[in-house]
Amino acid sequence: MTERREEPGKFPFTRGIHTTMYRGKLWTMRQYAGFGTAQETNKRYKYLLSQGQTGLSMAFDLPTQIGYDSDDAMALGEVGRVGVAISSLADMEQVFRGIPLDKVSTSMTINATASILLALYLAVAGKEGVPWSKVSGTVQNDILKEYIARGTYIFPPLPSLRLIADIVEFCAKEVPGWNTISVGGYHMREAGCTAAQEIAFTLADGIAYVQTCVDRGLNVDDFAPRIAFFFNCHSNFLEEVAKFRAARRLWAHIMRDRFGAKNERSMMLRFHTQTAGSTLTAQQPDNNVVRTTIEALAAVLGGTQSLHTNSKDEAIALPTEESALLALRTQQIIAHESGVTAEPDPLGGSYYIESLTNQLEQQAREYLHKIDNMGGMLKAIEGGYVYKEIYRAAYEHQKTVERKEKIIVGVNEFVGDKKLVLKTQTIDPKLEPRRRRELATLRKKRNAARAEKCLATLEKAAKSSENLMPIIVDCVRSYVTVGEICKVLRRTFGEYRPSHSI
Amino acid sequence: MKRPIKVLIAKAGLDGHERGALVVAMGLRDAGMEVVYTGIRNTPEQIVAAAIQEDVDAIGLSSLSGGHMAQFKRVLELLKKERVKGVLVFAGGIIPDDDAKKLKKLGIKAVFGPGSSIASIAEFLRKYARAK
Repeated sequence: MTERREEPGKFPFTRGIHTTMYRGKLWTMRQYAGFGTAQETNKRYKYLLSQGQTGLSMAFDLPTQIGYDSDDAMALGEVGRVGVAISSLADMEQVFRGIPLDKVSTSMTINATASILLALYLAVAGKEGVPWSKVSGTVQNDILKEYIARGTYIFPPLPSLRLIADIVEFCAKEVPGWNTISVGGYHMREAGCTAAQEIAFTLADGIAYVQTCVDRGLNVDDFAPRIAFFFNCHSNFLEEVAKFRAARRLWAHIMRDRFGAKNERSMMLRFHTQTAGSTLTAQQPDNNVVRTTIEALAAVLGGTQSLHTNSKDEAIALPTEESALLALRTQQIIAHESGVTAEPDPLGGSYYIESLTNQLEQQAREYLHKIDNMGGMLKAIEGGYVYKEIYRAAYEHQKTVERKEKIIVGVNEFVGDKKLVLKTQTIDPKLEPRRRRELATLRKKRNAARAEKCLATLEKAAKSSENLMPIIVDCVRSYVTVGEICKVLRRTFGEYRPSHSI
Repeated sequence: MKRPIKVLIAKAGLDGHERGALVVAMGLRDAGMEVVYTGIRNTPEQIVAAAIQEDVDAIGLSSLSGGHMAQFKRVLELLKKERVKGVLVFAGGIIPDDDAKKLKKLGIKAVFGPGSSIASIAEFLRKYARAK
């Protein structure tokens, strides 16, 4: 083991990005929510804020994420299912009615259509009279992992990276409090990769984004402080604590040594954590509360900046209000009762934690080296390398479970004969027809000539190298829909079609 | 020699969660079956066309996004319309108990929820899929 003297708040930030960590400020408790209609989502947000939640985290339905309006034929069966349906500014205004956008920060899980949803948020702020300099939040805006694991891509990688850089460049000037990319390992971990792969593939995506922006001529210290990360917290408690420490150390070195960053804020790996949905079981769902508590504790001991704790019913459905509240209470108990916030990086210095940190760092470095040798992450993704690594790991895991080499309580051991039936949140089947009517009215009511003009301007700009953000803001202000904007961009950029062999 | 059971594993709708579908596909292949995987984001029309073209014995439909009722129902309707006979249809993913009951009435032979083993799916297919 190499001799290291590391301190919290000092390069390479292994022990945390702040000197005092949670003694100074607790993490942000940010529960991912959003479903059905804008009205229902607005109600849930107000409820969560009234219960002491400190930031919003917005879930969108799949049509919104993949650029189809609720009335598109491709949206069949998916409207309002995994998140709220947003097709136009009218929906976004409804979601945030009565919520002061200068007082809350909003994180949006949105990637291929991030530029449009950010534009919608900014348009709402503008209408409420909140200056853009006062709004804060995050767009996930991390398209590379969509090609690998999550699947909500629209366009091929190159135009997608252009849209990402457009957002980064625009926000550096216009919306300084906005986190422009949340580079995620969460979904790759859910898809089955290991802790070391989660670090490596996430940082490799991060490297690709920083390189894209540098290649555009941006100064690294002007945008890198607004790039954040999003990790999973899995069930292996000590390995997860070490994972966060190793990721911080590695990123600090990458930013300083590879990209020549001078500002320490560019080198700090700030991250959001969500406990691992894939560790939850449909069998004996009360056990999931215990699993989530252990995972949340690992995230806190690993120094997370914000946290989502899963609800016990998430292996089966969207959480009910009751189970969502229990998940939030879990965080509050860790924060206010457990005492673990008293000291930054309280496990630092433990022989086992330090050696695990070194091991994971080393393994991740080897993956990064391999990816560099392939010509970078874009090439590694296009060649199918990352996808295959992840699914090989997922299959290996399944085999160890079936052979009972790994025990999952209630699934392959300690199986009870009683199956608990959960009350599940259901989505109104009349929602889709109602959305179709609403959108028809919107298209009739808006200034049609203005909408046409906005779309023509967008198409022209998309073919040039102009920054598309200001133009998309104009589009959404004129009640041009998400689907209409994407239709124009699909025509210009083409659509990504993966080759999927197993 | 008897031809192995041929299975189409298909992702319906816009859902991108493919870990389960892929693990099942790999597992059935290792269990000696011939497996075709569609990848994510298929319309019911595309799934039925693939099943006909590949002349499969069984179709496994996967969805974790809640769109299963609309999409799986459509697959069954299209199979009927195209007069596809003797193809076993089963499902997996996040499918609430009440929906699973309804799907079984419509003609889906079994629904494998979270935590199901590959061994149990393989056994099911050996028992019910007509190996031609």
